[in-house]
Amino acid sequence: MQIIQPHYHAIARTAQDYERMAMSGVVAVAEPAFWAGFDRLYPETFIDYFRQISEFEPTRAAQYGIRHFCWVAVNPKEAENPVLTREVLKHFPEFFAKPTVLGVGETGLHKSTKNEIESLEAHVDLAMKHGQLVLIHTPHLADKAHGTKTVLEVLAGMNVDPERIWIDHVEEQTIRPCIEAGYWAGFTLYPITKCSPKRAVDMLEKYGTEKILVNSSADWGPSDPFLLQECVLEYRRRGHSLQEAIEVFHNNPCRFLGQNPKFDIKPIRVETIAAPRA
Amino acid sequence: MLTPPQVVENYFLESRHQILEIAAMMDRYDVAVQQHGSHGTAAGPATEQKISLLRKALAIAADPKPTQDRTVALLELFATG
Repeated sequence: MQIIQPHYHAIARTAQDYERMAMSGVVAVAEPAFWAGFDRLYPETFIDYFRQISEFEPTRAAQYGIRHFCWVAVNPKEAENPVLTREVLKHFPEFFAKPTVLGVGETGLHKSTKNEIESLEAHVDLAMKHGQLVLIHTPHLADKAHGTKTVLEVLAGMNVDPERIWIDHVEEQTIRPCIEAGYWAGFTLYPITKCSPKRAVDMLEKYGTEKILVNSSADWGPSDPFLLQECVLEYRRRGHSLQEAIEVFHNNPCRFLGQNPKFDIKPIRVETIAAPRA
Repeated sequence: MLTPPQVVENYFLESRHQILEIAAMMDRYDVAVQQHGSHGTAAGPATEQKISLLRKALAIAADPKPTQDRTVALLELFATG
């Protein structure tokens, strides 16, 4: 089955991931800009990071037949340095022009501080002015409900098109307001700290599959890109058809990411070949 | 041997994850009952017995002052099922 991994931090992973993903049906990944595990000090560090994910990483993925796309952002964890954020934001337009950059992400909130909120607003505003898609990170664990509510409040006060915004890492307590407001919602599968494959399928069954993006992130921390395939298996084991699985795990990413014409992978349909007439 | 804070710090997130999985399974069961009834399969009574066993097990696991190790009590409980 063909799968698209819409949230994947490739630079933190080895080529073995690509090889195994290719062998298990992944045809494309999209890499949002991420926190490096420490707070970067210089705009140039971000610029080189953006070059890495927009220029080098596609070549690494291509060796395994996987298309690689990316997003640019200053991660919310680094938003406490507004001067740095503003300086890095100035360089976004030059990356919007690159052939595999899909938009702004992952911006969002971590502790929902004043600086984080200002950074989120600046990211979303810039994206909207340049016609870019937006990927929004919502906080972890105990901060999630409050942070997601704040994200929705910030967006409600801006002139945005919800169709072009993906709010990620939603869980059972945060999904409803995100989809009711018309945004795309992402389930991020993690071994322990976020959603699990089984819970993701529960939510797909409860809320439907429209405007849902399932991903397994995969970064430098405890994470597993193949939780996405585990989720496909769980979905199929509950009796959902191959086409229904393709809709969730391939076609939905095509529909959201394809709003940027650079993402040119189209939704697919499984058809039975009619037997030749005797 | 770990200290009490070490036990909590080392295993809190893992335990949170496991409890969420159990809660999700219970929710999944309730949804299935709403859609199909508790006798939606041929193994109706056996199914209810297993769910009942899990509910008893959760109470044992959450007991703040158990009279024996919770794992022993749980294994004995599951042996009856």
